[in-house]
Amino acid sequence: MSAVPTNVPAVDPVDPADPHRGSAPPGGSRGRRKAPTSERAKAEARLGWWLAGPAFVIMVAVIFYPVAQAVWDSLFSYRLTAPADREFIGLRNYATILTDGVFWSALGVTALITVVTVFVELILGFILAMIMHKAIKSTRGLVRTVILVPYGIITVVSAYSWYYMFSIDSGYVNNWLSWLPGFSDELNWFAQGGTSLVVIMFSEIWKTTPFISLLLLAGLAQVPDDLSEAAAVDGANWWQRLSRVVLPNMKAAIMVAVLFRALDAFRVFDSIFIMTNGAYGTEVLSLLAYRTSIGRLEIGLGSAISVVLFLCVALIAFVAIKVFNVDLAGSKGGRK
Amino acid sequence: MRQSRPSGRHTRRLASAAVVATAALVLSGCGPAEDTPVLTWYTNPDDGGQATIAQQCTEAADGAYRIETSILPNDAASQREQLTRRLAAGDTSMDIMSLDPPFIPELAEPGFLAPVPEDVASSTTEDTLEGALAGATWKDNLVTVPFWANTQLLWYRESVAEEAGLNMDEPVTWDQLIEVARDQEKELGVQGARAESMTVWLNALVESAGGHILENPEASAADVQTGLDTEAGRQAAQIISTIGQEDLGGPGLATQQENEAMLLFQGDNGSFMVNWPFVWPATNAAVEEGALPEELPEDIGWTLYPRVVEGQEPAPPLGGINLGVGAESEHPELAWQAIECIVTPEHQTEYFITNGNPPSSASAFDDPAVEEAFPMAPTIRESLSLAAPRPQTPYYNEVSTAIQQRFTPPRAVDPESTPAETGQFIMEVLRGESLL
Repeated sequence: MSAVPTNVPAVDPVDPADPHRGSAPPGGSRGRRKAPTSERAKAEARLGWWLAGPAFVIMVAVIFYPVAQAVWDSLFSYRLTAPADREFIGLRNYATILTDGVFWSALGVTALITVVTVFVELILGFILAMIMHKAIKSTRGLVRTVILVPYGIITVVSAYSWYYMFSIDSGYVNNWLSWLPGFSDELNWFAQGGTSLVVIMFSEIWKTTPFISLLLLAGLAQVPDDLSEAAAVDGANWWQRLSRVVLPNMKAAIMVAVLFRALDAFRVFDSIFIMTNGAYGTEVLSLLAYRTSIGRLEIGLGSAISVVLFLCVALIAFVAIKVFNVDLAGSKGGRK
Repeated sequence: MRQSRPSGRHTRRLASAAVVATAALVLSGCGPAEDTPVLTWYTNPDDGGQATIAQQCTEAADGAYRIETSILPNDAASQREQLTRRLAAGDTSMDIMSLDPPFIPELAEPGFLAPVPEDVASSTTEDTLEGALAGATWKDNLVTVPFWANTQLLWYRESVAEEAGLNMDEPVTWDQLIEVARDQEKELGVQGARAESMTVWLNALVESAGGHILENPEASAADVQTGLDTEAGRQAAQIISTIGQEDLGGPGLATQQENEAMLLFQGDNGSFMVNWPFVWPATNAAVEEGALPEELPEDIGWTLYPRVVEGQEPAPPLGGINLGVGAESEHPELAWQAIECIVTPEHQTEYFITNGNPPSSASAFDDPAVEEAFPMAPTIRESLSLAAPRPQTPYYNEVSTAIQQRFTPPRAVDPESTPAETGQFIMEVLRGESLL
């Protein structure tokens, strides 16, 4: 993998968790091939398996088993309240889903929310990360805490807060905005898709920008100040230093932040469930899966929607990792 | 870390502490309780009335059983979700369940409900009001026991009716209400949100016009025929559409459920409202708190649900709660005994007065205390005798959700096309050809 930026300083910090690593050359894999398999290394590897084994088994039980079960169930016409009528129908559930406008509209709304929120969060998150990075030492703790508060709030609670803020009977936002020309204080935000989505996206952005900013802060902290200083000495202005030095050096952190948030945003559920319950064109895939499996108790059809949602998420991860070369193991060559 | 061996005195002290602790547990009531069968009663949220009755019946049972209540989620749809999943999974704690009538066929059809013993059926339904009884049966069998019954009334502001010259002692029609709201630039308290309340409204309108949302509700999913593409369906859609398009339901109509409609009615633009009787104690409580003007209750009147067709009795919405026993319950006999205790007319009367939920038993209305707390009790009773249940089908959730999706927002309803399209959509969903 070519995730090690060429302009990163050659000094490879020692990973405290790995006593062998300090002596290995950068780029890990070559070093690993050459390492002698001593008795001690074998014993360590065995110990590693013993330590990780239980977690691995639990992961298989709680992740792979339900996924496999959902795939299996999706091939049946199966309603929880009519177990006797369970019938194998092959891929018909998928045909129903893929030929239905409800699915495509939900997919479109999901994609829209993902793209808009991730884009806005990335920009806001970067600004906040810069603020956290540059905050003077005495206020650093306070600034970071304040920025992280929304992320600490439970999503359902935040969704209710946003809902009540904009609600036509108990909300105060209409009152605040009533001075705007062309704005009616009788605007019912949740009565149509456009305005509902605006509120939903606002709440999502408010809630999860701190997450992105935290990941970007970690990326910023990895960019040595020497590089910026050297560029400044060479006469680069602020924008040039940002775009030519800082951003390229934190590409891995940016891509990880985008990937994590995109996967998260694609599964958006809580805010919509609370604010509109999918009414007026705000239906998203996870809500559709929930309403079909849990509301309608159509286990077969609901499982098929869940599988499609899973495939979409897997596709995003695949595209990000393979096409955009996101290095989830950090910028040190994917050793972990 | 290795600890030193405790000394003999230390051991004795520990042992006596354990004996004292055990004795305390036994004496405090944990001991005898283990012998008494515990019945779990899944209750819908209320003002604590069901918990009080549970306690009274536990005391009356004299050790035969003990009822513990477990509160279900707030809205009817979420209550159904939880109950159905538990029943389908064979949960043995489903001893007594407070069930919303429209969802009963869905639970009765797959055999999730224990059959009502004949003696319990006859003793608990002696004087049950007709509408409530209809909601408790499935395929001509009593599958649950009515506990309380609900219905909507037409609430009006005396001042508005007076100004319009409407005689509210005479039956009124939706067209009259719409005209008054239009003339006086007032707002009608109706429920236009994409929620169960929309199905409640549409069903009452269709039934009042002499139609039915489903022609053969007991049929299988493939054979269900809808009755929306009819004159009754179009008349109902016309009312919803007019109120929506002319903004007669207030700016919040598209997200307005019962509570929001009440707030609208209490406000300056309030005129007429169709709603459940809870609005009366809620309004009085708000007045007592000083949140509403003192003279407001005097300006509020009530009468039967408005008519769709002049000269034709209305079919007001029917709600309420019935009690059922899970098929997998470990103590079905005791559960039925407990239900016999819970639904006595005395308990129903008390529940009405304290929690505002009207009785399903006719004699429970006879207590003078009822009319003192709810001056509209005779109207409620009359309304219950006219009320029509929502479609009793095991696929009620699908039918209701489809209606909610097509009839909201009210301004988008087209009386010519929406009923037919909705009927078609319901059938496609039931056949598994469309997503919902």
